[in-house]
Amino acid sequence: MRETDLRSTEGNVLLTSLEAAVGWGRGNSLWPLTFGLACCAIEMMATGMARFDIDRFGSGPFRPSPRQADVMIVSGTVTHQMASRIKRLYDQMSEPKYVISMGSCANSGGPYVDHGYSVLKGVDKIIPVDVYITGCPPRPEALLDGLLTLQKMVKKMGLVRSGRGDRDKYEPVVIQG
Amino acid sequence: MGPNEIRDKIEQLIPGAVLAYEGDTFDPWAKIDSKHIVDVCRLMHDDPELCFVSMMNLAGVDWPKEKMLQVVYHLYSFEYNLKFVLKVDTPRDDPRIPSVTSVYNFANWQEREVYDLFGIMFEGHPDLRRILLPFDWEGHPLRKDYVTPETYRGVTNKP
Ligand code: SF4
Repeated sequence: MRETDLRSTEGNVLLTSLEAAVGWGRGNSLWPLTFGLACCAIEMMATGMARFDIDRFGSGPFRPSPRQADVMIVSGTVTHQMASRIKRLYDQMSEPKYVISMGSCANSGGPYVDHGYSVLKGVDKIIPVDVYITGCPPRPEALLDGLLTLQKMVKKMGLVRSGRGDRDKYEPVVIQG
Repeated sequence: MGPNEIRDKIEQLIPGAVLAYEGDTFDPWAKIDSKHIVDVCRLMHDDPELCFVSMMNLAGVDWPKEKMLQVVYHLYSFEYNLKFVLKVDTPRDDPRIPSVTSVYNFANWQEREVYDLFGIMFEGHPDLRRILLPFDWEGHPLRKDYVTPETYRGVTNKP
């Protein structure tokens, strides 16, 4: 920008609704919680690397603390032993919080649905899910598709949304992986 | 030294230990009487002609028709590049086998795993707890007659 242009933007006013502004901010900075559970996590890591570069969409900072994370990407097989930990991590995340269920295992138990005595048959049995991504494993593009879908949902959601109650207005979305 | 000589050596030094033997397979094995298994492992480990200092694997098998549970020990000798397999049977209704952790430290976690999934009690094991499943899990899932529970801690196990 030339100096005169810069000066011409000084003192300007942008008008928007607070809801739209907050939704825009929230949607474009969905920070995921760092954890992977099984093979799907490898695809999630690939999504974070340079070729797919999840950072383009503002989800680059994988946070090691649930307090700083906005979205939980459940990438992999949820065993009964892990389920209580996942529930606790979800409870520790601050509102507003969202969940992406990545892969058949997290959606429904996947290959372990018949004989997996120790596998939870779908993470939605313990926490509410916003976006389901099918596939075993889904490709990184599918995870990005799921993330962008979630961004659109977040931008449309109201300013104040609390837990499950508000979520009833928004049907979970299924992405074909 | 081939598998036949190994079998002969065990029989000679610990009479009555070998119950069955098969040498003409990919993995030669000997079935050992469970009360001799620690002595046999000690012999395999310490004898300068054998030097089976490495236990490659320790696994459990369920034989419901024979009413037996079995533990399989895969031993390996770096010194002479030899492999040998020991098998021990134990009745299904009261499965007890002496622990070989005093000889092979490796067996510690493997025996815990076999206890966890098959319910075989390893006598003399220093810390026989479940290792994979939660501590309050009921039953031993790799037994053929295991029925998956309907719920675990209030979470349904149905799809
Ligand atoms: S859905 Fe497939 S790839 Fe993903 S964790 Fe399950 S088995 Fe692994």
